[in-house]
Amino acid sequence: MTEVIDYKSRVSDPASRKFETFSYLPAMADKDIKKQVQYLINKGWNPAIEHTEPEYIMDSYWYMWKLPMFGETDVDRVLAEAAACHKANPNNHVRLIGYNNFNQSQGTAMVIYRGKTV
Amino acid sequence: MAVKTYNAGVKEYRQTYWTPDYIPLDTDILACFKITPQPGVPREEVAAAVAAESSTGTWTTVWTDLLTDLDYYKGRAYKIEDVPGDDSCYYAFVAYPIDLFEEGSVVNVLTSLVGNVFGFKALRALRLEDVRFPIAYVKTCGGPPAGIQVERDRLNKYGRALLGCTIKPKLGLSAKNYGRAVYECLRGGLDLTKDDENINSQPFMRWRDRFEFVVEACQKAERETGERKGHYLNVTAPTPEEMYKRAEFAKELGAPIIMHDYLTGGLTANTGLANWCRNNGMLLHIHRAMHAVLDRNPHHGIHFRVLTKVLRLSGGDHLHSGTVVGKLEGDRAATLGWIDTMRDKFIKEDRSRGLFFDQDWGSMPGVFPVASGGIHVWHMPALVAIFGDDACLQFGGGTLGHPWGNAAGAAANRVALEACVEARNQGVEIEKEGKAILTKAAKSSPELKIAMETWKEIKFEFDTVDKLDIAHK
Repeated sequence: MTEVIDYKSRVSDPASRKFETFSYLPAMADKDIKKQVQYLINKGWNPAIEHTEPEYIMDSYWYMWKLPMFGETDVDRVLAEAAACHKANPNNHVRLIGYNNFNQSQGTAMVIYRGKTV
Repeated sequence: MAVKTYNAGVKEYRQTYWTPDYIPLDTDILACFKITPQPGVPREEVAAAVAAESSTGTWTTVWTDLLTDLDYYKGRAYKIEDVPGDDSCYYAFVAYPIDLFEEGSVVNVLTSLVGNVFGFKALRALRLEDVRFPIAYVKTCGGPPAGIQVERDRLNKYGRALLGCTIKPKLGLSAKNYGRAVYECLRGGLDLTKDDENINSQPFMRWRDRFEFVVEACQKAERETGERKGHYLNVTAPTPEEMYKRAEFAKELGAPIIMHDYLTGGLTANTGLANWCRNNGMLLHIHRAMHAVLDRNPHHGIHFRVLTKVLRLSGGDHLHSGTVVGKLEGDRAATLGWIDTMRDKFIKEDRSRGLFFDQDWGSMPGVFPVASGGIHVWHMPALVAIFGDDACLQFGGGTLGHPWGNAAGAAANRVALEACVEARNQGVEIEKEGKAILTKAAKSSPELKIAMETWKEIKFEFDTVDKLDIAHK
């Protein structure tokens, strides 16, 4: 029998906070983020960037970074906006969204810059 | 206007109810029956009898037939086809005028289509294979209280399937111990946990105690993880009054989702509860206990794709669909057929997936298919490939049976899911590369590593009993 390992998660430990899709994987390298941007563009979704102070992570509305990039198909331009948002808000979570206007929902959403959790 | 006169006596059904030249109207409800006749009765006569007995007809002529416009109200058998691979039976297609049925009542539709006719002596067996509900009828039904996209917005889950788990053992836990099992699953990374269908309000755990402890568990897991959580509180009850009382209490506690068993609870109760959920901002998870009694025999009963359509009309946001890969029944192509029937706006006729009719849902919201039963981390690549994102994947034993407990089991499943989604998005063929994807993900997740060692040998490879009908010669 293997030794049982304690599951390290505490209300009092900010490191226990997650942020939905892909937050149980290690933070992605830039080249991997790029592939996810390419995926949502290939799907025909509209890229958008949002951010929030980590204490308001559970709110439905984060701050939009400018406007969604409707029709943008250049991966590097999307990444550049995400980087600009992160630079302006270094402690915040920065989230990449793919808006699907056909089903009026988000095809995907993922935090690509992890802020300082609280 | 042709004048008809009354002639008492027994008339062959086919004189009235077999109309091979009939072109179905866009507003007709269409049904495909698989008929296994008694020997010696002509096909047209049996098909006509099914049309008659499921609509206006009875075994003999009655004078009151002449007080109505029978040609307007009667069901018509309009087509007969061989069943590929099976000479003992054939398909009969029947068209029913929309005015035979009360608006918004799947109860009324089923009472006609699968009523007395199923005991009809001229038949050895009868199966309702598929039904086309016209958009005109769909528009009279309430449908899912929220639907897939509203649920995603309420729960803040995008770009991946939802992850759930049924709490075990099925029966016998106290409310506080049960809430513990829920809390451990949710803090480990599941989005949702589920009452087992057998859990209602037994002496070992009364519903009210369970609801209170479970909601506390959800709320603590939310504070801990920063993610939205829920637990399907089963409000299936002996009476509608009791069911609504439980639903109201769930709402009062702030629970986001409740649950109902739509076949054992009944379609009247289900439709009423779906309406209540729509009016109260509550999500509704639907279990399907008893479905295999109705849908498993390939020659008799009601195919699950019909039960799927009935639920989407009656109302529910989740419905168990089978997994294809786990311990329960499910042929892959047929399963894909009915999961699309749950989720999509328009589904084309496709016999290779068991779909006999085009089905237009208009703007009616979609239902999350729920894959549950005998699945674990090794099944994840196939589940992501088969179901895509709009599904709820539920690992019961595959979470609770983890050697380090529920939280670790939940984390293992969550890591496996996210690794498969990431790889899929990169264009990797995840079913083929499944092992490599999971092995790589396990490098940063000891929970997944142990889960992979625990379950690698388990397989369920029994042949499917209810297969699609495929030519044998």
